[in-house]
Amino acid sequence: MANIICIVCPKGCRLTVDEKTLAVTGNGCPRGAEYGKNELTHPVRVVTSTVRVEGAAIARCPVKTAGSVPKEKMAGVMRALDGVRLTAPVKRGDIAVADVCGTGVDVVVTRDLPAR
Amino acid sequence: MANERYDVIVVGGGPAGLAAAEAAARGGAKRILILERDAKLGGILNQCIHNGFGLHYFKEELTGPEYAGRFIELVEKTDVEVKTDTMVLAVTPEKQVHAVNARDGYIVLDAAAVVLCMGCRERTRGAISIPGRRPSGVFTAGAAQRYLNIEGYMVGRRVVILGSGDIGLIMARRMTLEGAKVLACVEVMPYSGGLTRNIVQCLHDFDIPLYLSHTVTNIEGESRLTGVTVQKVDENRAPIPGTEMHFDCDTLLLSVGLIPENELSSGAGVEMDRRHSGPMVYENMETSVPGIFAAGNVVHVHDLVDFVTGESQRAGAAAARFAQSGPSPEGRVIEVKNGAAVTYTVPGRIRMANVEKTVEIFFRVNRVCGDSVIRVTDEGGAALASFKREHLAPGEMEHVSMPKVLLEKAVGAITVGVEEA
Repeated sequence: MANIICIVCPKGCRLTVDEKTLAVTGNGCPRGAEYGKNELTHPVRVVTSTVRVEGAAIARCPVKTAGSVPKEKMAGVMRALDGVRLTAPVKRGDIAVADVCGTGVDVVVTRDLPAR
Repeated sequence: MANERYDVIVVGGGPAGLAAAEAAARGGAKRILILERDAKLGGILNQCIHNGFGLHYFKEELTGPEYAGRFIELVEKTDVEVKTDTMVLAVTPEKQVHAVNARDGYIVLDAAAVVLCMGCRERTRGAISIPGRRPSGVFTAGAAQRYLNIEGYMVGRRVVILGSGDIGLIMARRMTLEGAKVLACVEVMPYSGGLTRNIVQCLHDFDIPLYLSHTVTNIEGESRLTGVTVQKVDENRAPIPGTEMHFDCDTLLLSVGLIPENELSSGAGVEMDRRHSGPMVYENMETSVPGIFAAGNVVHVHDLVDFVTGESQRAGAAAARFAQSGPSPEGRVIEVKNGAAVTYTVPGRIRMANVEKTVEIFFRVNRVCGDSVIRVTDEGGAALASFKREHLAPGEMEHVSMPKVLLEKAVGAITVGVEEA
């Protein structure tokens, strides 16, 4: 039995996961069950960071992976963002990097930044 | 010059101010104005680029800028007026708002109702009196967050974090992802001040050690920080000799608490509640001055923006009602007091005439509690209601929903207390 704390929401449920059957108990919602199972088989995270943006009122544009990516690819995602350079205007949901690191997940803009 | 007259003026354009203004518009208030000192609306959410916002309110996981963006759009759909780059200097008990900006100069605006949404500020090194030198490299976690996420400056490479509040934990992960080495997170209390999920996803994920019951006792360096001394503390939080650890670092981030920012509230003459260092508020977030409301971190520091939104919507709706139909009806007022293990309650008083079906009472506990019962009792000692909880912690705000029918039975004031099984 593995004891893990769910990070899906601020409640922080204390999950117990059976290593063999992957049955999850202690979860307050279905998302917790999925998290518990993933955490033992292939842990995933959403990565949030910033990229350079030109022509906006601020220097950095916040971005996130539009879905979860494998935990071990977080560093790779960060490296992929290093060279990205956007030009204002940008809108929430604009794709900054498509299919980042071959994960099938896009990195998208999270803040509207009009051209200065 | 005749003063401009508004139904509702909202001081602050962060998550609290946006929700209050939007709710006031929905509540039928006619002229509404948001005054914001920053260049943009959104407040601190704009630099909180991590996700985890909105799970309660939007039922999805958003980043801070996304959460702010959604509310900015809602406000833009209304007739709410906005003045950014505008600093409010004073709010009077007569609800005159004095402000200044580069376009209008010094302006005095009249309002039927005012909603105070100034938020909070971080405690600094001075507030906790850390001994040692005064080199550069000592930042509050929020200041470092702004440098990194908005301005694009990396504040350091080898980092120690003092305090395990959520901003400190979030910055531990953020600095690590950007290539810094976070050596330790040091917490003076025997428990973390942050959400458990942040301990897991910001510290455990990156093998960053958390030293509970430890604090920073010396800061070294001439022009730039070169190292800090960390010591274990006893139950009175006094450093224990012989437990010194030294960390070579160029950056110390402080995440040692937030204080509601209430200079304007005090000037407006509103009664303060010392339990949470913010204005005493009634059930509809009205302060002791009729027509002046307060909501969000200016009242009490929240963990989750979703609850700021809910509270501010109640304040905005009540401000709209006040602007249209005047003061609340008179009637019985019930005081809400701290019971065992409870450090404050919001609201501080309940006016029964304003209660429709239930009142939400928010509070915090002063220690970590396992299986517990939250009991609401009256002055006669009668238990009005009890609520079970598996886990309570100072870092996690709690709330109970008290039905009006039960409040009506109360003799005198009510007390919210926690009994651990």
